[in-house]
Amino acid sequence: MLRFIFGRLAVLIPTFVGVSIIAFSFIRLLPGDPVMLLSGERVMAPERHAQIMAELGLDRPMYVQYFDYLTGLLQGDFGRSIISKRPVIDDFMTLFPATMELAICAIILAICLGIPAGVVAAVKRGTWLDQTIMGTALVGYSMPIFWWGLLLIIFFSGTLGWTPVSGRISFLYFFPPVTGFMLIDSLLSGQKGAFSSAVSHMILPTIVLATIPLAVIARQTRSAMLEVLSEDYVRTARSKGMSPFRIIGVHALRNAMIPVITTIGLQIGVLLGGAILTESIFSWPGIGKWMVDSVFKRDYAVVQGGLMMITLVIMFVNLIVDLLYGWANPRIRR
Amino acid sequence: MSSVETKSVSPAAAAAATPSAPPSGFAEFWFYFSSNRGAVLGLGIFVIILLMAIFAPLLTAHDPIIQNRDVLLLPPVFAEGGRAEYLLGTDPVGRDILTRLMYGARFSLFVGLIVVTLSVVAGVLIGLVAGFFRGTTDTIIMRLMDIILAFPSLLLALVLVAVLGPGLVNAMIAIALVNLPHFVRLTRASVMTERNKDYVIGSQVAGAGTLRIMFVTILPNCLAPLIVQATLAFSAAILDAAALGFLGMGAQPPTPEWGTMLAEAREFIQRAWWVVTFPGLAILITVLAINLMGDGLRDALDPKLKRS
Repeated sequence: MLRFIFGRLAVLIPTFVGVSIIAFSFIRLLPGDPVMLLSGERVMAPERHAQIMAELGLDRPMYVQYFDYLTGLLQGDFGRSIISKRPVIDDFMTLFPATMELAICAIILAICLGIPAGVVAAVKRGTWLDQTIMGTALVGYSMPIFWWGLLLIIFFSGTLGWTPVSGRISFLYFFPPVTGFMLIDSLLSGQKGAFSSAVSHMILPTIVLATIPLAVIARQTRSAMLEVLSEDYVRTARSKGMSPFRIIGVHALRNAMIPVITTIGLQIGVLLGGAILTESIFSWPGIGKWMVDSVFKRDYAVVQGGLMMITLVIMFVNLIVDLLYGWANPRIRR
Repeated sequence: MSSVETKSVSPAAAAAATPSAPPSGFAEFWFYFSSNRGAVLGLGIFVIILLMAIFAPLLTAHDPIIQNRDVLLLPPVFAEGGRAEYLLGTDPVGRDILTRLMYGARFSLFVGLIVVTLSVVAGVLIGLVAGFFRGTTDTIIMRLMDIILAFPSLLLALVLVAVLGPGLVNAMIAIALVNLPHFVRLTRASVMTERNKDYVIGSQVAGAGTLRIMFVTILPNCLAPLIVQATLAFSAAILDAAALGFLGMGAQPPTPEWGTMLAEAREFIQRAWWVVTFPGLAILITVLAINLMGDGLRDALDPKLKRS
């Protein structure tokens, strides 16, 4: 197992270096003068230009600049915003819990609905129930989620007036962030109605973000279950007179879960990508909206730092999924 | 469309050349494809959308760009106050929505086609080289692909477009690049399984050159999974391009691109539901039709599923 862990880590190093090279070259590939871009000024005298160039270290050879950047990354320096001048990592740390809360709720919803739906579809293969579930899953899989979010807003927020349109909690409530997770913080604050306000803000974004992972998990669960259900040991269990519930729940599902867990792991990256759209629709103050806003404000230092941080998070999550997978399924450790 | 059609025939035709094959490759393919009702439905819808895109100027009397101050935000014909000449209503500057959707289909299908062509051609070439030569070349290529895959695809596309500048062409380049690793990996994996099979060794012994073995002997036998992946990439490209358009980073107004139309319509969601509903519905139907076809193609082309 230890060898497996080190093997995984060794593969990550070249990827990390490559990702950092891309993030590093990003700002140098942008059309225009990097000095102008990074200082955020539009007109400047040649002396001032040279001064800033020296300050930012842009007058040194490219490889020295890169090693500087890499050293900075390893020390947690992801650059400073051009506009607010705050370190990118600080903003990231403030905003990331909002995205993580949304992503966790979405993946829980997707798993809780997707796996049972896939199991039912597999067990009732070929019936109208199977066709309905798989048809719905295919629609979900094909859904442009930015439109889906708008439709839900029109119906639930507009016509029915059940849920709020944007944000994480009503303006009526204010309390200092403890964990950064609004659902937990609102409970801790002890203010009446704060928790239900947080929940009602959470519902639509969660549904929107969960849609595609839900469809993917349902489809994957169904095909994994179908494969397992035709195995000999399932037939044996049946012929022993074991209850169908036990066969499906214990014998089949546990083995069918292996590919499903991989799929769920792969959805984490999809979720963080989907957060860009979901957060933009619901004005959710997370890293997805932050990235889009920064692109529009031409705050390229934030785009660079954010790209690096988000990718690191995904690499880390994928590593954890890989390790869990290796722990659960010794065959792939080799 | 035509590219999907012609490509899908070739592996089946290749299968027909083996001794156990039934009469015609296309007949066999069609037999399995048409047994999937959803796939046939998807194909039908896709053909209709394709025809609408091609013949858009003949099908409508309106212009997709010119604004008309007399008919601002008309509801669709079936809603109260709708007019027969504007079947799906008009947008905030008085353009016929149906017309814009039909012209928009041109952009979406074009994006899908170009993105898939770019990423398939590049991906197959790179994957073929990696899987055929192995060794250092393979390691370097696969590490590079790992790097692209490490980024969330929409974020990478967004950042690339920020570098290249917003616009449809740049969005297509970005999406093609993001799609590339899937084709490289898939081609490499199939090439590696085929590489040491007897028929390849046979033609090598018979004196076939490296290029001939790569492209004529091995490649046709790796096509089936690539075609299925290409269909999925086609629909994903349409979704991604629309998403970039929605974020303001894809096609720019007044281009009647579906995602861009949605972005423009956002502020009217409480007042005029049709402005928001129809462009999204167009995206959903198109993507759904292509995915239905993809499922059918997979059933028809995947020998493992076919026999079970």
